[in-house]
Amino acid sequence: MRTIEQYLPDHAFFAGLDTPTLELVAGCATNVSLAAGEYLCREGDPADTFFVVRRGRVSIEVHGPADGTVVIDTADEGDVVGWSWLVPPYRSSFDARAAEATGVVAFDGACLRGKCEADSRLGYQLMQRVTQVMNDRLVAAQVRLLDLYGARGATDAAAR
Amino acid sequence: MPQLAEPTVVQPVDGAMVPRLFRLIERRQDTADTFTVLLEPHDGVPLAFIPGQFTMLSALGVGEVPISVSGDAHVAGPLQHTVRDVGAVTHALARASVGDVLGVRGPYGTGWEVADGHGGDVVFVGGGIGLAPLRPAVLEVLSRRGDYGRVVLLYGARSPEELLFTDELKQWEDQGLEVLVTVDYGRETWQGRVGLVTKLIPRAGFDPRSTLALICGPEVMMRHTALALVGRGVRSNHIRVSLERNMRCGIGLCGHCQYRELFVCVDGPVLPYAQVTGLLGLREV
Repeated sequence: MRTIEQYLPDHAFFAGLDTPTLELVAGCATNVSLAAGEYLCREGDPADTFFVVRRGRVSIEVHGPADGTVVIDTADEGDVVGWSWLVPPYRSSFDARAAEATGVVAFDGACLRGKCEADSRLGYQLMQRVTQVMNDRLVAAQVRLLDLYGARGATDAAAR
Repeated sequence: MPQLAEPTVVQPVDGAMVPRLFRLIERRQDTADTFTVLLEPHDGVPLAFIPGQFTMLSALGVGEVPISVSGDAHVAGPLQHTVRDVGAVTHALARASVGDVLGVRGPYGTGWEVADGHGGDVVFVGGGIGLAPLRPAVLEVLSRRGDYGRVVLLYGARSPEELLFTDELKQWEDQGLEVLVTVDYGRETWQGRVGLVTKLIPRAGFDPRSTLALICGPEVMMRHTALALVGRGVRSNHIRVSLERNMRCGIGLCGHCQYRELFVCVDGPVLPYAQVTGLLGLREV
């Protein structure tokens, strides 16, 4: 397996960052292996970490009294999990659980936050990338809100 | 000013509005609201169709609905339709039992023409019941698997319980189809993907420069999917969509399915995305 330093430059999220920045980011990262069912973070926990999935699958979950635990999204190889580390009050909004044996790169968000405060260029670069992830997820979530495949309002013309 | 297509000129055909009678010989409940019927013609003459075409299927005395054929176009056998029970007519069809007689007109409309993808990659993108009209094209490709490069099915459904043809998906994988599935909503026990079908596009192994993409699902899903495919590099004139409109006569006369200059029942339902790109997002059309 490639080292984190070798892995990051090829990853879309980090593409375009110069070598010193990549080294700085890699310095805040560690490889973590999770067994199926193990949690990366829990709703309400301090969001001091974000993750890039290297293998396996992460389920983003929410728990409600009526529905029990519901998987609202999944992240696969290459996906970024978590942006709460960059947004006050720095608390995780959902549970993230390894749906199967999973390997992630875990980034020390608290450490990176401090570096972003001190270096606005780095802060902007990371914020741009996190915003892209947030935008993609938001658009997907909004389209899914339409309940595309649901029967609500459907007529015989939609029977296919 | 966008160039308008030449208007379709349709000549009335004697008997085009008269349904043929078919007997229901098998009925399968696919999901809670979707079922498949196998129909045998009373007159013994099989109904030839090309993948992507639809028929006007009638519950006698109740009404007709446009339903795409979901069976194999190249294997002799009963006519197969997969139907979602969402309205008065489909509800009557859902109540039909083995031995009952249904009416069939058609087939009508344009097909997927998947053979245009010979030598290249083919990507099928289905959303919900939209997998049913794609099924004949999938079967056509699998029957001539060696004629194509990589073949991928990206399939999105509302929940794991609402996935169609689940047994077949596994068989299709064995026959050389890469199948990626996602659902909008999953329980804790669901091990698969959750999310919009577009999230599968970057994960699928295909060469966008040589890809023919066929999309079938709700219009919003097709719009977002086509945009994502174009974003990955698929040429818009190599993307086809199957439109859903209120088809009534099936022969371009009544105008119920008019889509600006198009009559979906004869110009469609399968249309090049490049031809309808501007129409897909247009309101009140």
